[in-house]
This record gives sequence, structure tokens and C-alpha cells, in this order.
Amino acid sequence: MKRLVGIAAAVLAATLAWSAAAEKLKVGFVYIGPVGDHGWTYAHDQGRRALEKELGGKIETVYIENVPEGADAERAIERLARQGAKLIFTTSFGYMNPTLKVAKRFPDVKFEHATGYKRSANVSSYNARFHEGRYVNGQIAARMSKSGTAGYIASFPIPEVVMGINAFMLGAQTVNPNFKLKVVWVNSWFDPGKEADAAKVLIGQGADILTQHTDSTAPLQIAQKEGASAFGQASDMIAFAPKAQLTAIINNWAPYYIARTKAVLDGTWTSSDTWNGMAAGTVRMAPYTNMPDDVAAQAKKTEAMIASGEINPFAGPIHRQDGTLAVPEGKVMDDGTLLGINWYVKGIDDSLPK
Amino acid sequence: MGALEAVILTIIAASTPLLLAATGELVTERSGVLNLGVEGMMIMGAVCSFAAAYVSGSAPVGILAGLAAGVAMSMLFAFLTQTLMTSQVATGLSLTLLGLGLSGLIGEGFTGLPGVKLAPVQIPVLSGIPFIGPILFGQDILVYASLALTAAVGYVLFRTRTGLVINAVGGNHQSAHALGYGVIRVRYACIAFGGGCSGLAGAYLSLAYTPQWVENMSAGRGWIALALVVFATWLPGRLFVGAYLFGTVWIMGLYVQGLGVAVPSQLLSSLPYLVTIAVLIVISGNKALITVNTPACIGQPFAPER
Repeated sequence: MKRLVGIAAAVLAATLAWSAAAEKLKVGFVYIGPVGDHGWTYAHDQGRRALEKELGGKIETVYIENVPEGADAERAIERLARQGAKLIFTTSFGYMNPTLKVAKRFPDVKFEHATGYKRSANVSSYNARFHEGRYVNGQIAARMSKSGTAGYIASFPIPEVVMGINAFMLGAQTVNPNFKLKVVWVNSWFDPGKEADAAKVLIGQGADILTQHTDSTAPLQIAQKEGASAFGQASDMIAFAPKAQLTAIINNWAPYYIARTKAVLDGTWTSSDTWNGMAAGTVRMAPYTNMPDDVAAQAKKTEAMIASGEINPFAGPIHRQDGTLAVPEGKVMDDGTLLGINWYVKGIDDSLPK
Repeated sequence: MGALEAVILTIIAASTPLLLAATGELVTERSGVLNLGVEGMMIMGAVCSFAAAYVSGSAPVGILAGLAAGVAMSMLFAFLTQTLMTSQVATGLSLTLLGLGLSGLIGEGFTGLPGVKLAPVQIPVLSGIPFIGPILFGQDILVYASLALTAAVGYVLFRTRTGLVINAVGGNHQSAHALGYGVIRVRYACIAFGGGCSGLAGAYLSLAYTPQWVENMSAGRGWIALALVVFATWLPGRLFVGAYLFGTVWIMGLYVQGLGVAVPSQLLSSLPYLVTIAVLIVISGNKALITVNTPACIGQPFAPER
């Protein structure tokens, strides 16, 4: 039902936009959650707004929110293409195959799929190195934790999430080699109730710092209530937990959206794969709050060194959970390995669901 | 706070919305009406209580709004099924779809706002007792309401004249009618009670469980409540066992993961459903008891015979 409302709104918006200015480039966005989730989808929508602000006279944007992954996604993407969108951003991992399917039927439309690994002549893929932020978070967690234990609320055991858990742990180990990390999988991207339950359980088991790879603000609210600390996810969530948020990884998609839209306007768009991080400003950190100055100073320094390339979160030596050496000293993990990572680094107190 | 205490508190929070909604539905079904719209009434309760609490700044106002929203939704159902005699199954399903859509529309402007948190009732002295204090005496009003309602429903259904009338209407509406009871009137009242309870369950979600509004935040809890009523063979005591068992297995699944035990998380996610169904089937093994407790007229429209 909500989908129908969303689609209806998009149809209306698209029709109005079409009649108003037929010559403008129409840019479509497909979102997995509501634009008000204050997490993943919110961050993409901020990018869309920035794009409208920057190129307002030359483009129109439309979006469809709350589109489930799967068959519905294909319909939603096709709908945008039929309505004349010439550039479509599909912003969830599970939209990968639907995007490719629709792209085949609309060869003159350019598609951009977030966080996937498949491309074609008119489908690009793009992602951000969120793990760089998680490495900084891990370091802060190890400095701030009194119990020496953090809790990680994870969604699905895909490389993207596993990579984040590993980066967090590697960051923490630079401060405390014996740091403990408890992981709870909730098998959902967005279910405030489940995320809150997981947060309560982790705090009950002695974790005094929480971090999450799910999209709601519920874990932060629980952390605030229970006197623990936590990290915001995808956008600055300080309003929900002014006493608990240490910092947040902010997904800043605006530069990429603007660059790609300009490329379409110039006719220079080609299919590509982009994986930017702190260096390009795609990953940013929210202000460091609720921590002593020296911890904040160290975090800032680490952030700057990651941006300049002096620190790579996945620099060797890295050992797997079973103790085998994965990356020797002096080497860094290549992107291909990182994008397919399906094992934990040493020290994580969990077995990875297969 | 100890680990055990934290787990128990979490279990209570996870079980309360299920118990509230299921208790209401139990009364509705006892009167012979199957309302499959629990999910829709619950989500409307959630959005209306969040909105009312946010605008007024008061959690009690939010609770009342949730209650009212649940009752209003159920009255729509009652009018269609009791007065216009539409199919209860189809109408209930539409009520769920309507609730999910309408709540999204109402909640549009409230998504992502920090909500009003329902404060726990702090009973002086008692809530300060270590361990049992926070568990028994430091809960919010809706937790106590869920337990009191379940107990009250058990008492009313089996110890009072009102309960006899409800059971008679659900068991054999023609006889109840012949004895002079207003079948439709009783059913309207029971449907309203069910709606109110679902609305309260929704209010619990958006004011206490996770004080925020997001679309579809009931996430199927209404359907779980419906199933609990059937598996508890329409007995409030078993309903309590079922709801808390479900909450316990769900939280223990998360707990076991946090301890790092090697069990697939997907299995742990499905375990509450499996365990609850298995246990309730086992304790409901007595066929005679099931026959006695199943409302014989459930789902049937009532028109007086001439």
C-alpha cells in the first residue's frame, strides 16, 4: 500500500515535471527505506537535494522510497525509466539484478547502482569506503570502553558488512590488542524493534560501546537510556542521542551525484566503478562528541591519515580468526579480496553465519 | 544492572505488544468474530499515539490516541462485518492493508523525529529493590495494563455473567439470540475491545519499545498475536505463556549470538515461531478441551432465523 502511495506520488511528480520542462534532464532515485530514516536512505536523499541545488536549472529529480528488494524493485526502476528519467540511481545492494534487467530494456538510459559489483554498458556501480570510518570508530571504542567490549549489531553476512566488522576490530586492536567484540545478526536492514532488542542484549552482556550496520536510530536511543555510548550510522544521529553518540560515519554522496549528472549533461558519461572514501570526501565523520579531548585528537589524526593515504585500515599483518596469515606485513589487502571478504579477523568473538 | 536482569527486562518489552494485541483478539474471537486486521489496527495505534504524543508532548495523551485509533479501525470492521455482513476474512485482511497504507500517510511528517518516551511507573521504595525492583515495580503502565487485562479477561470470561454471554454468542449465536441476548451488540463491544487492545499494543511500540515512528514498524507482530490466540486454544492463561515464550526465545536467540555460540543466526530468527507453536500444540493436546474452548460460530455472520 505504502509502495502504491509512493509510486503514485512519483508518477504525479514525474508528470508535473514532464509538463513543466520537457528539456530538463530527469534524474531518478530508488530508495530502500523512507527518506526520513535518518540513516542510509536519508543520506542518499541529502545527495539528491544537493544535486538539485547545484544543477537546479538543468535537471529535475524524482524519487521512489520504500521500494523492497526483488520483483517490486524492477517495477519501480522501470517506472522511472518509462517516465523519462535518463539517469537513475538505485541505492541498495539488492537492486543490482533488477537494475541490470531494466537497463537491458532501456539502452539509452544511464543507470548507477550503489554497493553492487555487476556492471554493463549503461550500468555503473558506486560505493563508499565506509570501513575507513569504522576503523576510526574502532579506535575510539577501544579508548572509551571501560569493559573492553563493544557490541556490533549486524544485518546480513555479506562482504560489505563483514568488511565493516573487521575494520572496526582492526582499529580497536591498534589501541587494545585484547579488545573484545560481540556481534549480533538481526537479519534485517531496518527493524527498530529488533535493533533495540539486540542493543539491550549486548549492553546486558557487558558491551559499553555499540555500533551498528543497520539503519535505524533505535540502538543509539537504547545506548543513551542505558548509559552506554554508540556511533551513528550513515548520517549524524546526534539529535537522537546527544549524550551517547561519539561520532557518526556520514555518507556524503553529493559530490558523486553531481559529478555523474554533469557527465550525462556533457555527454561524457561512461560505465565505471567508483569506490571512494575519506580522500574524496564521500565518507566523513560527524563531530567527535562525548569523549575526552585527547581521544578526539587521536581520532582526528587517524581520520586525516586515512584521507592522506598514510593509514590503510587493511594493511598487514592481518590474521584470520583461525590464526592464519591473510595479509603479510608491508602489504595491503587489494580491493578485489576486500570486496569478497567472508572471514573475520583474529580476535572477533563470533562465528560468521554462512 | 546484571545480565539476567537486563535479559528479563528485554523479554518483557518484546512480549508486551504481543500479549496486548492477542488478549484483545481473544475476546473478539470468543464472541465468534475473526478479525484478521490486528496488524492494521496495531500500526494505526502506533502512528496515532506517536503523533498525538509528539504534538502534545504527553505520553498519556499518546496512549489514549492509540486506543482511540484501534477502536475506530475496529468499528469500521464491525460496521462492515456485523451490520453489512461482509466476509470477516476478506474485511480483516483489507483492514490490515488499509492500516499499513493509511499509517504511512499519517506518519509521513513524523518519520525520524525523536519521540516522547513513556516513562516507567516508579513505585517508591519497591522499585529501588535490587533485581526484582526494576523487573516487578519499575515497568511502564502499558506492561502492567497488559498483565492486568489478561487476568481480567480470564476472570470475566469464566467467572462472570458477561463472560457467559460472550461465550454463548460465540458458541451458538442462534441460541443466544433466542434467549434474548443482542448478538450483534455483544459482538460490536467485543470487536471494540479487540481494537482498543491492538491500539494499545501499537502505542507500546511507538512510545515505549522504540520511541519513534517508522513505517511498518509493527513488522508482523499483529500476525504473531493472531496465531498465538489459536495456538493458546482461546485460553488467556495459555496466551500469557505463549506470548512470553515467544519473547523469551526471540531474546535468547540474540543473547546466544552475543555470547559467540556457533548457531546460524537465521535459525535463531525462526526459532521463536517453531518453539511457540510446538509448545502450545503440546499443551493443547487435550482434544475435548479444544472442542469446548473453540468458539463454534467463529467467522460466521449472524442473521436471526425466522
